[in-house]
Amino acid sequence: MSRKIAYGGIFAALALLMGYVEAMIPLPLPAGVKLGLSNVVVVLCLYTLGGRAAFGISLVRVVLAALLFKGFLSFWYSCAGALLSFAVMVLAKRSGHFSIRGVSMLGGVSHNVGQMVVAVLFLGRAVVLTLSPLLLVSGLLAGFGIGLVSERCIRYVQQRKG
Amino acid sequence: MKKGDRWVLLVVLLAAAVLAIVFAVQKKAGAEAVVYVSGVETARFPLSTPIQWRLETAWGYNEIQIEDGVVSVIDADCRDGICVNHAPISSQGESIVCLPHEMVIEIEGETAAALDGVVQ
Repeated sequence: MSRKIAYGGIFAALALLMGYVEAMIPLPLPAGVKLGLSNVVVVLCLYTLGGRAAFGISLVRVVLAALLFKGFLSFWYSCAGALLSFAVMVLAKRSGHFSIRGVSMLGGVSHNVGQMVVAVLFLGRAVVLTLSPLLLVSGLLAGFGIGLVSERCIRYVQQRKG
Repeated sequence: MKKGDRWVLLVVLLAAAVLAIVFAVQKKAGAEAVVYVSGVETARFPLSTPIQWRLETAWGYNEIQIEDGVVSVIDADCRDGICVNHAPISSQGESIVCLPHEMVIEIEGETAAALDGVVQ
């Protein structure tokens, strides 16, 4: 149990750090398109520590990132994205129809869908939806990349253990 | 890759393509630029008249410019600057969004009464 808590703490710290690192790398990306590096940690956690721990880490990350770097408006965006993507990933994993890559792609896409929903609510206009094709595809690609990285990480850790 | 993974790829790409096509088909030249703050219409300008206007809200300012029938945000004090970097807009339904200031500029088509100036 205490081992799990310790790992949880490390994962949460890593997730927070990933967001920070990503913010430091200037990428010429259009509005709303993000790599979502910290999602690597959430996906890893989902597969190693299980759903409940991953949920906690996801939540801690969003709250801390909002307090430390962003501010409260973006908290709602991150929160909607993180919660929806998390719920979708847990269900996708449980269904057994998807590999890590598929789970993470679904996570990326649903993250962006969640943010678009909040944007429509906040702005009171449906116009942001013109961005939806871009955000769907970018979520898919980011999710694919993150799935690949997570897959490698998990394999590496398991080899070391065994 | 499991079978489900491929379905995810296929379905999402298809959805994105359909949405992109729908938005592209709907594209028509606009007549007016409408500024919304938190979903409430704040100002409305005809695209035909060049204008430079500063929107001041509780969150900060956005300097909006209309020139040669295209709308752009030339300056703003928002944290990400996405609205300033956004390409100018001129077709119906196009928009520039500034999330930090909860501002949307949307291009609309011909309306019955062409209002000139600021509607509060």
